[in-house]
Amino acid sequence: MKAVVQLEESPATHRTHRTHRTHSRGLIWFQKLTNNAPINPGYAASVLVADADLAGQRARYIAVVPDPENRFPRVRNGEVGLVEGWQLGRAVQEVIDADHANHTKTPIVAVIDVASQAYGRREEAYGIHQALAGAAGAYASARLAGHPVIGLIVGKAMSGAFLAHGYQANRLIAIDDPEVMVHAMGKASAARITLRSVEAMEAFAAKIPPMAYDIKSFASLGLLSQSLTLQHPDNPSVEELQIVQQSLQAALESITSDPVRDLSRRLNAKNRQASAKVREMLRAQWKGDRP
Amino acid sequence: MNIEQLLKRDSFIELTARDRARALLDAGSMRELIGPFDRMTSPWLAMQGVVTQSDDGVVVAKGTFDGQPYLVLAIEGAFQGGSMGEVGGAKIAGALELAAEDNRNGIPTGAVILFETGGVRLQEANLGLAAIADIHSGIVDLRRYQPVIGISAGTVGCFGGMSIAAALCSYLVVTQDARVGLNGPAVIEQEAGIAEYDSRDRPFIWSFTGGEQRYHSGLVDACIDDDSALMRTTVRDLIARGRPAKNRSERYQDFLACLDSVDASLQATPEMVRNIYQKGLSS
Repeated sequence: MKAVVQLEESPATHRTHRTHRTHSRGLIWFQKLTNNAPINPGYAASVLVADADLAGQRARYIAVVPDPENRFPRVRNGEVGLVEGWQLGRAVQEVIDADHANHTKTPIVAVIDVASQAYGRREEAYGIHQALAGAAGAYASARLAGHPVIGLIVGKAMSGAFLAHGYQANRLIAIDDPEVMVHAMGKASAARITLRSVEAMEAFAAKIPPMAYDIKSFASLGLLSQSLTLQHPDNPSVEELQIVQQSLQAALESITSDPVRDLSRRLNAKNRQASAKVREMLRAQWKGDRP
Repeated sequence: MNIEQLLKRDSFIELTARDRARALLDAGSMRELIGPFDRMTSPWLAMQGVVTQSDDGVVVAKGTFDGQPYLVLAIEGAFQGGSMGEVGGAKIAGALELAAEDNRNGIPTGAVILFETGGVRLQEANLGLAAIADIHSGIVDLRRYQPVIGISAGTVGCFGGMSIAAALCSYLVVTQDARVGLNGPAVIEQEAGIAEYDSRDRPFIWSFTGGEQRYHSGLVDACIDDDSALMRTTVRDLIARGRPAKNRSERYQDFLACLDSVDASLQATPEMVRNIYQKGLSS
């Protein structure tokens, strides 16, 4: 199988290669939830950071949004690239450092609508894996330091981009909508790597819940704390904004009253039984070393 | 390596995951958890007519390294490309979680992870991804107590979400045969076109993601010859260094400063990367 050949790299070819996204749900929800609070300066145009209210306290909201002018050509449609990865890490680490001596830790809300990680030569060359580790590591550190971290999936949550922006959250909330999807890889690439046709992939996905792209299947894996059905996820009404805000508040309360700061709450679903079983067996076998 | 050295050496790359773990731990100290006879196989592969393996491609080896309790988590690249499914992923994450718990209980258990992996197992897609998030969490927790040492020796390489895991380790060791990168070459070619990345051009691929390039760009801590004894010595040296003052994944200021000096209108070359990172990361 041969991939689509692109002759020369220019912004124009990129726009035709992928359909350019005219709107960004991440941006819409970031603006609604922060109520147009000032955006922290000094970040890339693709990384929005603002400190705004959540249940009467100051929280840090973070989103990755499309930037058609991004100087890295493979990062213009809301992908998480080199700069985005490190900037996410920075946005989170700044909060950890600022709260170092404080008893109360600032909550962090990751507004998640990430098309994918960036696929490109520049990205591999400069170590995009390390940049995404900067982000994933910061979110995990924040959670372990006691910051309540909430991931709100409003659009795509794809693969490495999701690992970098949101997957380390104490609680994950998703809007249940056809445009919202979580997956490890786009369909065409996944088909190529597994030597299957896209049709065969879709047939398996219909029977095998972890292979599906929709949010109901994802929820069946036990990874979400809540999914929300909204009529207008692209243009939320005041009532719909309130539904999401209430869900964030409930998640915040649930986290602050929970002594457990790891991800073990995600292990209870029927479709994720083996993950729990493995841990049970490991624990049973762990001790027993020779003295 | 000269001919005499070549004849004497005991290749690490040629070993299976289980033998690599045994070669690293103190002689006679290795005990495997959830070994093949426990028959914890992937529940999802069988449903798709794919042959399972009774360790799901991951070896959890507990033992000692120079007397200190150590865990070696070894991924078998020969099974499904070292891909992370639910069971294998849970074996790694669960073991890291217990090692961190040991430390909280005063037992200084450390970990070495052998990354021979293409990343998420696409037949278990979202559960592989979830397991990798758990692995990230486990490494970040454990590295607060003990250095977590990653090794990518060869020949599968280390890709996808597991390359992020490798980049979260306190230290990372590679050989010349290793490759470390986020996206596999075939995926980049599929997503971005062959002009961006030619997945069949092996010298090109190694020049960007190969062990030596990663070492000279400061993205790994050691690039060594393929020799089991040397691997053990290298691990010993890294353990002796203790936890780094700042993990590489926490150096956002240094990396952002480097990226500021990148002319992104030009396609990258290996030399450009070395120059920028050697200057910016040396401190």
